[in-house]
Amino acid sequence: MICLEIPGGVGDVLITSSGELSETEYLDPRTAQVAIIDHVKQVCTEVRPATDEELPSPYVEEFRCALDAEIIKYVDEAYPKGICSVYCIGGKDVEGPGFDFELAVVISAARHSPQNFCNGSWRSVWNVEFKDDLQMLEVRGKLQVGAHYFEEGNVQLDASHECKDSTFFQSPEDSAISICNIIRHHETEYLTSLQVSYSNLPDTTFKDLRRKLPVTRTLFPWHNTMQFSLTRDITKELGIGK
Amino acid sequence: MEAAMGLMRRIHPKHAETALSALLSLLPEHSTDLLSQVDQPLQVLCDIDSGKEFILCEYNRDADSYRSPWSNKYHPPLEDGPYPSPELRKLEIEANDVFAIYRDQYYEGGISSVYMWEDENGGFVACFLIKKDGSKSGHGRRGYLQEGAWDAIHVIEVEPEEEGTARYCLTSTIMLSLTTDDKSSGRFSLSGSIRRQMNMDFSVADGHLCNMGRMIEEMESKLRNSLDQVYFGKTKEMVCTLRPPSEVIQMRLPDS
Repeated sequence: MICLEIPGGVGDVLITSSGELSETEYLDPRTAQVAIIDHVKQVCTEVRPATDEELPSPYVEEFRCALDAEIIKYVDEAYPKGICSVYCIGGKDVEGPGFDFELAVVISAARHSPQNFCNGSWRSVWNVEFKDDLQMLEVRGKLQVGAHYFEEGNVQLDASHECKDSTFFQSPEDSAISICNIIRHHETEYLTSLQVSYSNLPDTTFKDLRRKLPVTRTLFPWHNTMQFSLTRDITKELGIGK
Repeated sequence: MEAAMGLMRRIHPKHAETALSALLSLLPEHSTDLLSQVDQPLQVLCDIDSGKEFILCEYNRDADSYRSPWSNKYHPPLEDGPYPSPELRKLEIEANDVFAIYRDQYYEGGISSVYMWEDENGGFVACFLIKKDGSKSGHGRRGYLQEGAWDAIHVIEVEPEEEGTARYCLTSTIMLSLTTDDKSSGRFSLSGSIRRQMNMDFSVADGHLCNMGRMIEEMESKLRNSLDQVYFGKTKEMVCTLRPPSEVIQMRLPDS
């Protein structure tokens, strides 16, 4: 997910499939503008106001806007350099209660330090289905984290997680708060589980690849070849090991 | 070549094979250099005589055939491929046997192979290889890994002995990948490669195998720690930079 500057200094636009109107046009719902992008140069070449057809109905926009405001607060607090946006990806023409619609929350944080040989990105996409008949909101999140360190070596982290949750269909402001709490809760939990995965590495997961030391807890006795032939013969005799 | 190598260093380790094929078709005149300098996961063949597997690399290859360290025969058979001298072959056999035990002690499974050949300066070169599948369907003893691979290539150049001492130049390459997958934390995958060099002088009193073995053991341990602490550690640091843990955030907020 990339974030490009809109000419005119109005802000940035997120390049994501949730906001894609056509191959080169991406919507920024917060400012109701459409950015035209040159993918090869990775630059926003021009910007125009969005047409009414490209924007959600006032009814949906109330929810989208309230959620956007809450998410901005959350992202500001949780991500030092995070960008976010809320898109309507389904039912954008719904005029009032009685029909379902769907919003997508997109959060992106990236760090590029090629001079330090390190890059990283965090992307989360949260789909919120507003189910009118059940008066429930179904929340589905997809989180993707990547990090790359390549100073005299080349190592990459690739992690992803999917989660689900739900809450009640309330007013735009209350729904926004509930959704934001769900997102905050799951993302915080995910970060914790990532840290746990890392702390398991040295003595647990890595061990399945290579132990730090043999079971004997001593270095391998290279000078003692006699010991080996004995060990091997005994091992064969007793049929030990794979 | 510099641009190609720079590219290979930055490409996601999982895409290394595809990237190399692409480079080979873009730069056919550099294919020998690319093949010898770019690390690729190790392939394996089964020796029909002994029923044991052996690892394939440039150092036991001639044309399209590979020499097995167990039977000393080329697969598929070759009319006249290169072989180590009878004396060196003796050392090679011993090295394979001892290295297999070393491998078992540290890797609890996996495959290893050692190949040796004389070089032009009167010394010789030895290549020690290990391939381990650490996934729970492979040789992963504890079942933590959905997918796990460790490929190690150690090439030691041994200079001719002078006054009871020999110089050993080791170049080690480790390629690894590991993936855990579970409902509560999703998919967590780390992969990468690292290459280091080490030169040491040893008295030949303990024998070449002992000297080479010690160097390899020391190097492997260093690389394992480095990968774990430094390299994987840096990726963890990056994640915590992107989204600091909540304790850090709470400390920043004044009174909420």
